[in-house]
Parts: sequence; C-alpha cells; structure tokens
Amino acid sequence: MLRFAIGRLLQAIPVLLIVISVTFLLVHSAPGGPFSADKAVPPEVIKALEAQYNLDQPLWQQYLSYLGDVIQGDFGPSFKYSGRTVNELIAAGLPITAELGLYALLIALIIGITAGVMAAIRPNTLQDYIPMSGAMLGICMPSFLLGPLLVLVFGIYLDWLPVSGWGDIPGDKILPSITLGAAYAAYIARLSRGGMLEVLSQDYIRTARAKGLSEPLIIVKHALRGGLIPVVAFLGPAFAGLLGGSFVVETIFQIPGLGRFYVQAAFNRDYTMILGMTVFFATLIILFNLLSDMLAIWLNPKLRQQSRGDS
Amino acid sequence: MQKLISSLLPVCTVAICLILSGCGMGESRVESGNREGILHWGNATEPQSLDPHIATGVPEHKIITALMEGLVLKDSTTLEPIPGVAESWHISDDGLIYTFYLRKNARWSNGDPHNAHDYVWSWWRALQPALGNLYAYMYFPIYNAQAYYEGDLQDFTDVGVKALDDHTLQIQLENPTPYFLQLLDHYSLFPVHRPTVEKFGTADERGTRWTFEGNLVGNGAFTLNEWKINRYISVNKNPHYWDAERVKLNQVYFYPTENLTTEERMFRAGQLHYTYEVPVDKIAVYRQKKSQELQISPYLGSYFYRFNTRVEHLSDKRVRRALAMAVDRQKIADQVLKAGQVPAYAITPPNTMGYYPQSNLTFDPDQARALMAEAGYPNGQGFPKTEILYNTQEEHRKVAVAIQQMWKDVLNIDVVLLNQEWKVYLDSVANGDYAIARAAWIGDYVDPNNFLDMWLCDGGNNRTGWCNPDFDQMILEQAPKAKTHAERLKIFTQAETLLLEDMPALPLYIYVSKHLVSPSIKNFPQNILNQPSFKDIYLQAPDTAMSDITGKETN
Repeated sequence: MLRFAIGRLLQAIPVLLIVISVTFLLVHSAPGGPFSADKAVPPEVIKALEAQYNLDQPLWQQYLSYLGDVIQGDFGPSFKYSGRTVNELIAAGLPITAELGLYALLIALIIGITAGVMAAIRPNTLQDYIPMSGAMLGICMPSFLLGPLLVLVFGIYLDWLPVSGWGDIPGDKILPSITLGAAYAAYIARLSRGGMLEVLSQDYIRTARAKGLSEPLIIVKHALRGGLIPVVAFLGPAFAGLLGGSFVVETIFQIPGLGRFYVQAAFNRDYTMILGMTVFFATLIILFNLLSDMLAIWLNPKLRQQSRGDS
Repeated sequence: MQKLISSLLPVCTVAICLILSGCGMGESRVESGNREGILHWGNATEPQSLDPHIATGVPEHKIITALMEGLVLKDSTTLEPIPGVAESWHISDDGLIYTFYLRKNARWSNGDPHNAHDYVWSWWRALQPALGNLYAYMYFPIYNAQAYYEGDLQDFTDVGVKALDDHTLQIQLENPTPYFLQLLDHYSLFPVHRPTVEKFGTADERGTRWTFEGNLVGNGAFTLNEWKINRYISVNKNPHYWDAERVKLNQVYFYPTENLTTEERMFRAGQLHYTYEVPVDKIAVYRQKKSQELQISPYLGSYFYRFNTRVEHLSDKRVRRALAMAVDRQKIADQVLKAGQVPAYAITPPNTMGYYPQSNLTFDPDQARALMAEAGYPNGQGFPKTEILYNTQEEHRKVAVAIQQMWKDVLNIDVVLLNQEWKVYLDSVANGDYAIARAAWIGDYVDPNNFLDMWLCDGGNNRTGWCNPDFDQMILEQAPKAKTHAERLKIFTQAETLLLEDMPALPLYIYVSKHLVSPSIKNFPQNILNQPSFKDIYLQAPDTAMSDITGKETN
C-alpha cells in the first residue's frame, strides 16, 4: 500500500508540472492584461506595475522564477488585491469552502445512500422509481436553479432561513449545503443502487439468506461493504469537485469561499491568483483521488491482492 | 430492514422540519441595525485596495470616503464645496492661488494632530510614478505637478503645494480651474497618515499592509474595524473626528454583493439597507408595487458608441452623422432600458455645472438617408461590413440589437454584433481593433471639462483616431483662460458643437443610478455623482418615524 501511494505521488509530479506550464502559457496568452482598465492607464504606471510584478522580464524567466516560488509553496502576490498574497487568500477561503463541501458531502451521502439502498432492495417497484426519479431530477437540476428556488421558498416566503452569508446569521449554512449537496446526493443514489444490486445478486448473499440470516443483517453487514465500493471510489473526486465547483453556490449565497476568488481571478487576469488556485486544486484532486483509491483497495479484497501482486 | 428504511424517511423529514422551524428568523439585520445605528450597505465587490492613492473603483470610493476626508467636502444635495478638514479658504483674484485654513481640532483616527504638512507629504507620495497611481492626472491642475510626475522636474518644492504653517496650506495652479475645489473631495487627493504608511513600507511602495484591519489610520468620520475578505468590511464611528458629534451612525457594514439577484434577495429578506444596483427585470416589479424603496435618479454618466475614424468608410463624417441620426434614442430608453434613462444627443450630460450642450442631432431618418446617399451609399448599397463591438453584458446586447435593427430599417445596412469579454474588449478598443464600439464615461467631477477633454488629439481615452486641433485649442487654451463662468461654458458649447459636427462618438443615453433603499435610511439625498455622505445619514425604523411625527403633532 505504501509503495502504491509513493508511486502515485511520484506520478503526480509530472502531472503538476504540465498543469503549471499549460496554465502559465494560457494565462499569459489570454488577451487583455491584469492592468488594463476602462480609463487609459498612463505608460509610466504600466511600467511601474509591470516592474513590481516582474512582468517586464522575458516570459521564460518569469516562468522559471514562478516555478521556483511554487516549489517553495509561495504562490506570489495577488495582482488585484493589493498587499495580499495568493497563499493568504487561499487560506482565507479554504476553510469556508472545505466546510461547505463537507456539509454538502454529508448531506449527499446520507440522502444518496439511503435512497440508493432503498431502491436496490426492491428494484422495479415504486420504492425504486420514486427515489431514482428524484435522483434523476437532482442530477439534472443545476445549482443555479435549485439555489434560488430554495432561497425563494425558505428564505423569502417562509422566512425560515437566511438568504445569504456563511456563519453570519444562525442557519445560514443550511441552504447552501443542501444546494451544493443535491446533485451529488443524486449521483451517489444511482451509484449505491447499482453497487447494491450487483452485490445482492452474488452467491455469498444467497448463501447468507439460505443460512436464514435476517434481511437487515444481510444488507448492513454483508451487502453494504461491497455495494458501496463505487460510492467510495467516487468520494475523492466528489470532494475535490465540491471544493472546486462550489463557485456557483458561493456566488448565489454570497459565501466568501475559494470559488468566488477563482472566477474573479480569471475575469481580472490576476495571473498569480489563477495559477495559484489551479495548482492548488490540481494538487487537491490528485490527493483525493489517491485517498479514495487507497480506501477502495482497503475495502475490496480483490483489489488488495492485485495491489500486492503489482508491488 | 424494509420497515426500518421506510420508517427512516418520515423520521428524517420530521427532523429536518424541526431543525428548520427552530431556525425561524427573529429580528432581521436591518431591524437590529435600525435600533443600534448600524447601516448595512451593498457595495458590489471586494475592494482591491483602501489606499486612496492606489484604489480606482466606485466600491472602493464609498468605503474610503467613510474612512478619510479631503480639504473640502461636497454638499450631499447640491454638490457645492463645503468645509472639510479646511474650515475656510481663500482664492486669489486671478484664480491661481488657493489658501486653505485647516481646522485646529482636526485629528487622525489614532489621535495624532492632522496638519498642512500631511497634505504636502501625501501629495508628494501620490505623484511618485512607482506607486502606480491611476488618478495622478487629478493633480495636474496644480502648478508643475504634471512635470514632476512625468520626471521633467526633480524637486518637489517646485510643485505648487506649500505648508505656510501647521494650519495653512497654499496651492498654486497652472491655470484657473473652476472645478479644483471639487477635485479635493476626490479620494485620490485625500491625505494619508505618514507614520502608518512608513511603518509598513516605503512611501512609494504598492501593496503594503498599512490599509489593513488594525493598521489603517485615517482622518474620516469612521475608522476601519474589520476587513473580512469577500465577507464584509465594517467601520466604526471615529471618536477623534473633528465633527464626531454630528455623526449619527455607529457602524457601517459594506458587503461585496457581486450578484445583483442575490443582493436584491438580501434586501427583501432584511439583510441590507441599501443595494448597489437593481436587476433590470426587477424594476418593473417594484414599480408595479409602487414601492418607495426603488430609487432611480440621474447619474453623471454618458453611454455612447465610439466610431473608429481610422476605418475607411467611417472616416467620412457624413456616414457617422447618418448613423447617429438613424437611432431612435427615445425608443431605446423606453422600450429597451426601461429605467428612466435620458436619451442623449450630446456627450456631456445636461446641467453639468450649469452647462447645457447645444445639439442639432435628432432622430431624422430622411436626413440620415440623404447623408448616406451623399456619402456614396444610396439605400445602403455598397456599405461595407461593419461590426458593433460590446463587452459581454445583457443590457449592452439589447441596445446593440435595437440599433442594428434601426440601421437596417432606416438605412438598409447590415451590421454584425460582436461581444467580447471585458478585458478582451478593453484591449480591442485600446488597440483600435474595432469599427464601432460601445463605451461609457462616468464623471469624476461635475464639470463639462471632464466629458470633453477625453476627445483631445492625444487623449488616452479618445481611442477613435479623431483629432481636431481647433477642438484642442478650445479645451486646452481658451477654456482655462476664460474670465467668467459664462464665458467658459460658451467655449465648451462651441467645442462640443464641433465634436458633434464631426461625430467621432454617437451619444445614446445618460445613465441613471438605481438602488433599493430602506425607508429607515434618513438624510440621504440623491445626487448626480451618486456619492453618499455617511456622516449625515441616520437610521430610523419606519414605525418609530411615525410615532415621532405623531409625537410632534400632539406637542
């Protein structure tokens, strides 16, 4: 397992290098610079600003010095937010985005697994159709529609929950977490239904039934562990996706997380910010994928043997 | 198991309902704000900087004017200059020497005395090219300021700013500049606290931490309390402010409400007293309800299209005038924009410091067709492919579509629409890579000069390739030397007539500012600069206001 993890981490180095290089090139070749503005910017000012952010150096030199800084974990100063570093801005937004992602994932897991298991126990009955139609709806409904709908019902008409914010007013974390979690809940429901159906038709489940074990015991003790492997494999990318893809929810609910910085950075041509966030998210995705693979190996004896055999 | 699971769903539903009902909203932020004197202000975006010599945006402007103050302030209704840090001033007869007498009780927010030397140092700092001050041109009316900024002059003592003593500041101008007092209320001319700036870096260093929470020292009615990135900025009443007794608000919270729809919902849910904008599709709803909360007022901004006069067929002014005459502005204002925008037939908004541009431009389809035929395109025949460029935004698209159709109907010409993302669009316009481009200009100060000097031959904001030396002469030579206000306005009228004659830009409409304002905000008149005076605003819940009125009546 350790050798597997080390091997994967070593593979991540060239991946990250490619991510940095491609993003660096794309960012610098995008038309419109970080300092262009509606009002004409005097050449003296452009010169001063470019000198301050090393933009007056040849591109390859900028690339090398950026690479040097990134290796030391320094993403540089933000071009837009005067006086703030990218590290500082990531540090400010990450806990909030991570908290939002975590709540969303918990909601997604609870609702998703419950619905999926229910559907798998009685396939092709109402108990299957209702949650699965709901899941299809959840997958199809984008968060920019679900969010405002929830706000309208619970925030404006019923006046039960705040319409925006994060940790400012009691209860303001509920609607964003549900909005973000809904699509994932739907996806998890479908995954767990598929996984459970497969497991429930296996011989060892039939054996368990033949031995006279009670149905709840069979589901919880024998079927769930195998049936949820697809869900576990999905967890890593899902959490990384929740972190990186929360900007719509963050914008709808006025949440000061990472997603908003990412989108604004692109619009502002805040080079260091775009690069910093991309590298950061790429690292997260690699790490979470690795974690979920390791978890899947731990859960699945077959994979465990394979990974031993490989190493 | 099945039983267990089927019983799980209702249990979960009940639990969620219980949690939700437990969260029932009590007093809203606006209600508690009214009680405690805390204003909740929608402020569009996270500020880039709170350094008055670096910041450029309108949201930054709002926060900085709460934290800092210039020599003069503006009356929030008339925008006439009123005493700020300077309690009085004297202007020499030739209009070149301004002597300001500073208040002896003016203090920085840490209690330090605030005097004339602060201005000399701050303005020296603002003119350091390394600082990258985009508003350095606001200083150029001051004698030798431009020469110093551009490096032609090395010694700052030769610039027309002198502290005659601790409380007397003398400023010498290049030319009489009637709007100079107004400039002093622009944040780019605000003073900064030298010890604080120097504590966190050198004077001309960008991006130091002197404006951050816990560091910033200002001279305004409020002090910086918290700066929570992308969440809010809160400012507290400044006890050291010279006019602290008049300040009624205890706190102001500025929220970076980027999403207009979210902002409107926050307002409806009682989370904001004031919105930075109103979504266009909501205006009709508020109007239908006859809501007092919707406030729309004229704004000192002009929306127009630039013609790239370097493009062959647009270099003919007959074509440009024909295109301008074929646009029904009233229709665009009434049926496309729908928020009370005023159709514009000149670049400068009417009543800018008593100036009313005289324009012979009208919606005249016959004349437009005649001009087009004269230019060699009878009934639009042979008119080359032309693009209207605009930055991606729904309102710009709607206006462009309407104009495209009007030109088709009136002139029988086909134009194509091209939208670009903001920064790409800026690049295209700056490089002259367009034929016709959407543009706007928002006034920095109330004077026709601000809308006309951008059309100078080498004006950085001209971008049309149009150049008329007669126009330059009027703006640069004649207007500054005018003896009276009336004479000056006459010169501007002549200059703008010349501009409209050549028509390098097609005026479309004058902006309006649109906000949702809680009825509890009091003493908050609208003005054309859309500039609030936080020191004057106070909050009073509507029902308290009623009981107050009843109380007065019974007395």
